Amino acid sequence: MPTFVPYFNIMSVPTQVVEDVVIKFAGDSGDGMQLTGSQFTNNTALIGNDLSTFPDFPAEIRAPQGTLPGVSGYQLHFSSQRIFTPGDTCDVLVAMNAAALKVNLKGLKQGGIIIANTDGFDNKNLRLANYPEGVNPLEDGSLQGYELHKIDVTKLTREALKDIQLGTKEKDRAKNMFVLGFLYWLYNRDMTSTFSFLHDKFGKQPDILDSNIKALQAGYNYGDTVEAFASRYKVSKAKLPAGKYRNITGNTALTYGLIAASEMANLPIFLGTYPITPASDILHELARHKNFGIRTYQAEDEIAGITAAIGAAYGGSLGITTTSGPGMALKTEALGLAMMLEIPLLVVNIQRGGPSTGLPTKTEQSDLLQAYYGRNGESPLPVISASSPSDCFFAAYEAVRIAVQHMTPVILLSDGYIANGAEPWLYPQTSDLKPIEVIFKKALSEDEPKFMPYLRDEKLVRPWAVPGTPGLEHRIGGLEKEDITGNVSYDPDNHERMVKIRQAKVDMIANYIPQQTLDSGPEKGDVLVLGWGSTYGAIKSAVATLQSQGKSVAHAHLRHMRPFPSNLGDILHNYKKVLIPELNNGQLIKIIRDKYLVDAIGYNKIKGVPLTRSELVSAISEMLA
Amino acid sequence: MSDVATPQGPALTAKDFATDQEVRWCPGCGDYSILKQVQTILPQTGIPREDIVIISGIGCSSRFPYYMNTYGMHSIHGRATAIASGLKATRPELSVWIVTGDGDALSIGGNHTIHLLRRNFNVNILLFNNQIYGLTKGQYSPTSEINKVTKSTPMGSLDHPFNPLALAMGADATFIARSMDRDPKHLQQMLLRSHGHHGASFLEIYQNCNIFNDGAFEIFTEKATKPEEAIFLEQGKPLIYGANKDKGVKLDGYKPTLVNLNDGHSADDLWIHDEADFFKAQILTRMFDNPSAPGHFPRPFGVFYAADRPTYEDEMQLQIEEIIATKGKGKLDALLEGKETWVIE
Repeated sequence: MPTFVPYFNIMSVPTQVVEDVVIKFAGDSGDGMQLTGSQFTNNTALIGNDLSTFPDFPAEIRAPQGTLPGVSGYQLHFSSQRIFTPGDTCDVLVAMNAAALKVNLKGLKQGGIIIANTDGFDNKNLRLANYPEGVNPLEDGSLQGYELHKIDVTKLTREALKDIQLGTKEKDRAKNMFVLGFLYWLYNRDMTSTFSFLHDKFGKQPDILDSNIKALQAGYNYGDTVEAFASRYKVSKAKLPAGKYRNITGNTALTYGLIAASEMANLPIFLGTYPITPASDILHELARHKNFGIRTYQAEDEIAGITAAIGAAYGGSLGITTTSGPGMALKTEALGLAMMLEIPLLVVNIQRGGPSTGLPTKTEQSDLLQAYYGRNGESPLPVISASSPSDCFFAAYEAVRIAVQHMTPVILLSDGYIANGAEPWLYPQTSDLKPIEVIFKKALSEDEPKFMPYLRDEKLVRPWAVPGTPGLEHRIGGLEKEDITGNVSYDPDNHERMVKIRQAKVDMIANYIPQQTLDSGPEKGDVLVLGWGSTYGAIKSAVATLQSQGKSVAHAHLRHMRPFPSNLGDILHNYKKVLIPELNNGQLIKIIRDKYLVDAIGYNKIKGVPLTRSELVSAISEMLA
Repeated sequence: MSDVATPQGPALTAKDFATDQEVRWCPGCGDYSILKQVQTILPQTGIPREDIVIISGIGCSSRFPYYMNTYGMHSIHGRATAIASGLKATRPELSVWIVTGDGDALSIGGNHTIHLLRRNFNVNILLFNNQIYGLTKGQYSPTSEINKVTKSTPMGSLDHPFNPLALAMGADATFIARSMDRDPKHLQQMLLRSHGHHGASFLEIYQNCNIFNDGAFEIFTEKATKPEEAIFLEQGKPLIYGANKDKGVKLDGYKPTLVNLNDGHSADDLWIHDEADFFKAQILTRMFDNPSAPGHFPRPFGVFYAADRPTYEDEMQLQIEEIIATKGKGKLDALLEGKETWVIE
């Protein structure tokens, strides 16, 4: 590992301590902005800031270069205070080309810093970004309200790499490292984390490794040399609860939750899945950990993904399938079968903008009604949701617990925003996790002359008897079955009884989950903001703002979407008004109104992007007026 | 390689594999014979009942698991192959049988069928081919002959039918065979061969639907015509058929030709069957002529092709063992901690 010694005295520019910074890295989808953003994020995590990120990229791997739809962005909010959102507006905008500036300028604070790569503002780029002929925003004074820094990143990167035997195209790929190095200088960072990342990634390609490191160092030194900034910035360690932290994204946390549940339930994982954005990273991550006895199976389609998982669950594994909205639609018939078979199965839906193919890389919460009602016949299933990147771990763990202890498929809802977003995580130790008890039926008891596969316990749960167990041979299937024996039955009374039993079994899970608590606020008051899923951070921040102004506002956030905690109705009736913010056209609100007859009000946004704190503050304030 | 296990406890009989459920196929259905032959051969395999799993999809044939006193699942249309893949991937020691029909395996479930074959899970696929949709009361199927008049095709069907064994060959199946409901002895042999093959076994069984497609295969199965229309493949033996055993198939390059042994041809000149020959197996699967066409080939029955290829589940297990051997068993606390952490006091 090389130690990096800057060429110049780094004390030449004074350092200013700030509390809170939002940086947006924006460039063409081939510019490596996601990598730049995630490297800066890891580095930020390691110095102990609280942080929250929002990667935002096009569905195309390489959308037409230089165009507005081709812009890829990565927003990072870091602070010495507790924070819960990636920030409503940015302090710093890194714009690698004209399109990136045009798309993101509206999100930049007045007086904010723009770091523009001048090479990305040539005539061609300006034309592709739809600037009128002859107009260059870097030159025409239109950015007067901001602190503009123009850097010819391409030229400087090429210059720094002039001694390396690589083509210009390859050298230009290191542009993002120049920018990263410059920002490391600006925020007073030690670059070790990125050096070690580059060594891991390019260790076997010495030229590429060298060019990335040289570009990174050149960016840092450039900051030191040009004295373009009057000050460097520093954000102190955040006052987070004491303990050991790591940085984590939602999909990684979810994967770890599955592995933890598998270990603590002593059930090997079988993942049957088909690649789909934004769920594929769970497959990628699980496939890296086969030394936990994990089997990952990239099936021929979504249906084979879930049905293979059903086969594995039937055999006694922890059967899991992962997908996103359109894939979920394909799995519904099989999900009905699993529900009828009453075997444990975890179905993970990383929601994205819909309907149909919709907005594959954008976020939305529009599959809740699908999770509730999207199957033929009376087919109730438990639904769990995750509310932040690190919360994906605990949501996955709880979803597995319910599946295996209640012999039912469980739907776990996450979404693209928290799946790709990152935050610091006070990660648990194995000893903090409650073991998941799983009971397999091993033999007939003395008073059982014959195995009854649908004989239920006090939770209305039937036994899990897996092939290979002598004396318990039995047949199950999708046809309606006779109560207790499980034999095929077309008897009218039996069918109605079985439908009611299956509903009661799911409803009864409410007795085995925690009561709903308030995230913050008074137990009785003017407004309750009821949220679910990834809106957590925005709601929490908005509610905190209003509470600091003395407003009577509380926040409750749901993990258990079906069944709801048994005290939810009481909580809802303790407030004059209930606001339900959702990234959809009003889904949870329909269920809440139906179940509790509460005249809840919706705040709905369907733009493929998360809620902001400020828009929620306005929405809640209106209700208080 | 054979999967026959050592019998434990008292030997089982066919009756031990029957359930208390009333068999509800139409009287005279070919399924009865297939059920009986499966129940007959299973005791011979020596596998304990609890280690046998029969998985089916939807259709008449797919009721099969309810009549077998083993583990079983009657699943959803077309997906038995995919469910069996997941089960076999996680429980390689089980003997997994898939019971499916021409609609289930080749229409709605065609995708899973070909993918199971290429992956080569060690399972046995019993394809009950009756060239008709029975459970939905008589529509044509993907194996029905062209111009078939059914309820859904009053003017005759337009679809060119699948040749199931050629399809299996195209999907790189490692065991391909054909038998018929009306020849119990041959069917038993083919079931035992399917079971004995370590890899995916694809056994097509011509099965008569006496309600909606009666007599579809009678030219191959009835005494009067069977000797002239069906040719039974035997390993290392020449392709001879006919009531007087005086007809044969000769290979002229890649072109099979019919010869009469009374016309100066000797049995030594004939095509000698070799199950291991990939190219000849493809020609055999293409001997699929319409039996009413002049100069048509007889339809082959028996094992067309049998080859060794590693099974998916064995390779999957091996990957896990290899990674544990090199990296050690996964440790949850180390995973959660990851590479980079920091401490807040």
